[in-house]
Amino acid sequence: MKHKTFFWFFLPTASAMLLFIALPIFSIVIQSLFTPHDAVIIVTENCDPFGCKQETTIDQEATRDLRKSEPLGKFVGLEIYKDRGHLAVNEVKEIWIESNNFTEFKKNIGNLPFYRAMAFTLTFTFTVTPLMLVFGFIIALAVNSLHHNLKGLTIFFSLLPMIVSPLIGSLVLFWMIDSRGIIGEALQYVFEDPDLSLKASTGLTWVMLIVYGVWHAAPFSFVVFYAGLQTLPMDTIESAKIDGASRLQQVWYVVIPHLMPLITFVALMQLMDNFRVFEPIVGFSAEAHAQSLSWFIFNDLGGETRLLSSAATSSVLTIIGVSILLFPVLIRTWRDFNEKSAK
Amino acid sequence: MIKNIMRLVVASAIAVFAAPIFADGHGCKISARVSIVGNEFPAIHAVADGAKVCKGSEVKANLTADHQKINVAGMSGNPAEYTSAIIANSSIVALMNNDVIRPLDDLVAKHGKGLKKNQLITINGKVMAVAFMANAQHLVYRSDILEKAGISAPKTYEEMLAGAKIIKDKGLMDYPLGGAYKAGWNLAQEFTNMYIGHGGEFFKSGSAEVSINNAKGVATLEMLKALSAYMNPDFLTHDSNATSAEWKAGNVAMMNMWGSRMGPLMDPEQSTPTVVKTTTLGDPMTVGGGSTPATTLWWDGWTVAKNISDAEAEATFIAMMNGINPKRLDDKMMPLAVWLIEGFKPGPANVGVAAAARMNAIPYPMLPYQGLLHSALGSEIVDFMQGKEDAATALADVEAAYTAAAKEKGFLN
Repeated sequence: MKHKTFFWFFLPTASAMLLFIALPIFSIVIQSLFTPHDAVIIVTENCDPFGCKQETTIDQEATRDLRKSEPLGKFVGLEIYKDRGHLAVNEVKEIWIESNNFTEFKKNIGNLPFYRAMAFTLTFTFTVTPLMLVFGFIIALAVNSLHHNLKGLTIFFSLLPMIVSPLIGSLVLFWMIDSRGIIGEALQYVFEDPDLSLKASTGLTWVMLIVYGVWHAAPFSFVVFYAGLQTLPMDTIESAKIDGASRLQQVWYVVIPHLMPLITFVALMQLMDNFRVFEPIVGFSAEAHAQSLSWFIFNDLGGETRLLSSAATSSVLTIIGVSILLFPVLIRTWRDFNEKSAK
Repeated sequence: MIKNIMRLVVASAIAVFAAPIFADGHGCKISARVSIVGNEFPAIHAVADGAKVCKGSEVKANLTADHQKINVAGMSGNPAEYTSAIIANSSIVALMNNDVIRPLDDLVAKHGKGLKKNQLITINGKVMAVAFMANAQHLVYRSDILEKAGISAPKTYEEMLAGAKIIKDKGLMDYPLGGAYKAGWNLAQEFTNMYIGHGGEFFKSGSAEVSINNAKGVATLEMLKALSAYMNPDFLTHDSNATSAEWKAGNVAMMNMWGSRMGPLMDPEQSTPTVVKTTTLGDPMTVGGGSTPATTLWWDGWTVAKNISDAEAEATFIAMMNGINPKRLDDKMMPLAVWLIEGFKPGPANVGVAAAARMNAIPYPMLPYQGLLHSALGSEIVDFMQGKEDAATALADVEAAYTAAAKEKGFLN
């Protein structure tokens, strides 16, 4: 393609990307480097239905001019990145010096919000992603071998978990696993433990969120793999059969290599999605046991006193996290691309 | 859901019946737009519906549980989208901090006839809001269960613990206590109550420096944990709604709960018959031998936006005044809240809040940085409640989390 043609073809996409991806990212990076101006605090007499007393308030007159002349706020550089709510640089140093062994270090680090959130987010990402790939693949193989008439209906039902919006899906499950809900009661009966509660234990909450994550995401990999299976070269399969390959060997040596680009694609999407895990935490009211960077952003923006700089910083950290996660996959794709064009 | 619809129906019924009375030249005429944002519960609906009765210009109301997420943003523009925000003593702080509400002294002088002095929320000598109802958490108990256990209504949290043990030991209930202990805002609110009951001060006097990591803070946490041992094991996921549901199902014998939630607990249409018959309101409890009840007093009131024209501000003030017009306090509106409006007569669902005021409970602090401490409490004391760390560590975590947030907001250097 000529460069000029390429330019005109690419222009709409490029401007959309600039407007909707590059500019917002630029904006949050800037916002994460600034904080509000120092508040000028005065003590005043305040009265309400329960009486009058001396209380502290912000002197609006004094801060107004400052806000007008520097609307972005106070430049603090990377201070917010380094504070306790985020990378907690000083706290980690202290813990490193004070801890006697690695177990103690790990336990104390888990007390800092960012690292506590990372522990859950990474566990969630690296269990849900492989599990949903495996389940999606198995379902796709199973549906593909069904009789023609049954396929449509089965596909419809297999896709249901993905169609239900995540918040609703997790709320439905939340009430079912309640200690007075149907699954909760059943588990208490099976394990003969009337005090068993999935919501009260951190470990069980994680398991519950992971099971939910797989349940919700498996249909996505199923539908992609199922589409891939329709393009399977039948002559390769047949020659493998003639060579005496078992069904398992056919899957391992023919089907999986054929689907590899799709597996990479699904893995890429899911790594990104799972790193931003958010809805299940809200739906399951699991914030006592499991947090993620996305949940921090939500929490910073929703409180009575909004922490905008903190939310911007968490957003930048999320982007950095996603980039690190995707890096190996991107390298691999790049290498494959170069090999192909070299041929 | 059905409950909410019922409330809507009741609230709109009030508006419909009230409309003919006030529309006939009773003075509520406005000449500019009015747009209200506020929380979503029956009492607020009643006030907003009263404002909507006004004729002459459009009156809109956006009442939602998420009001705090949108009110500052919706009032920051010029002209502001919302001309009035209905808020409480904790949430007026965000509006004050962001400088989006206007002083009401002129309007009170011109149109505020009939307002009682204690309805005027005065900050630094200027009226910034008009309060219309009061709220507080207090004891509520099941008289039948307490009778079977042979105990009387607890006056202190220590008595509540002892009573819970008796009820459990006698096999009357597995989890005799209830409470809105959901991680986050609710749990932080319970800490705030209990810490005030222990006579604690949240900040070093006159500064934004937090000081809760002390003996009173530890005692507060120990008491919360002791109480939670008698609660449904899912307590960290139970907010006021879930706790009320447990109560209505007859699973709980005693709890500390909001006065504004009492009506539904005693409503035969929403609750089980035995529960309705035996639900009894008590005074707020004290703790640790103190005399200050372990609860906080709250008011709900309305404000007028700063970034609007004077005509819109005047129209808003007139419409909101009509919302809290004493003539609107009929049989339907009266039991919805403890109204601060002239002519309010307390009913059986209001005695708890009245007791809180009588016992000199402390109002929830109206400090610019109290919300930051509330958020820090809500997330950092959870580890302690789960038995993962000791009280002193949890309190040190709260202080560290608060300090980081307060530095970001420019309250600390």
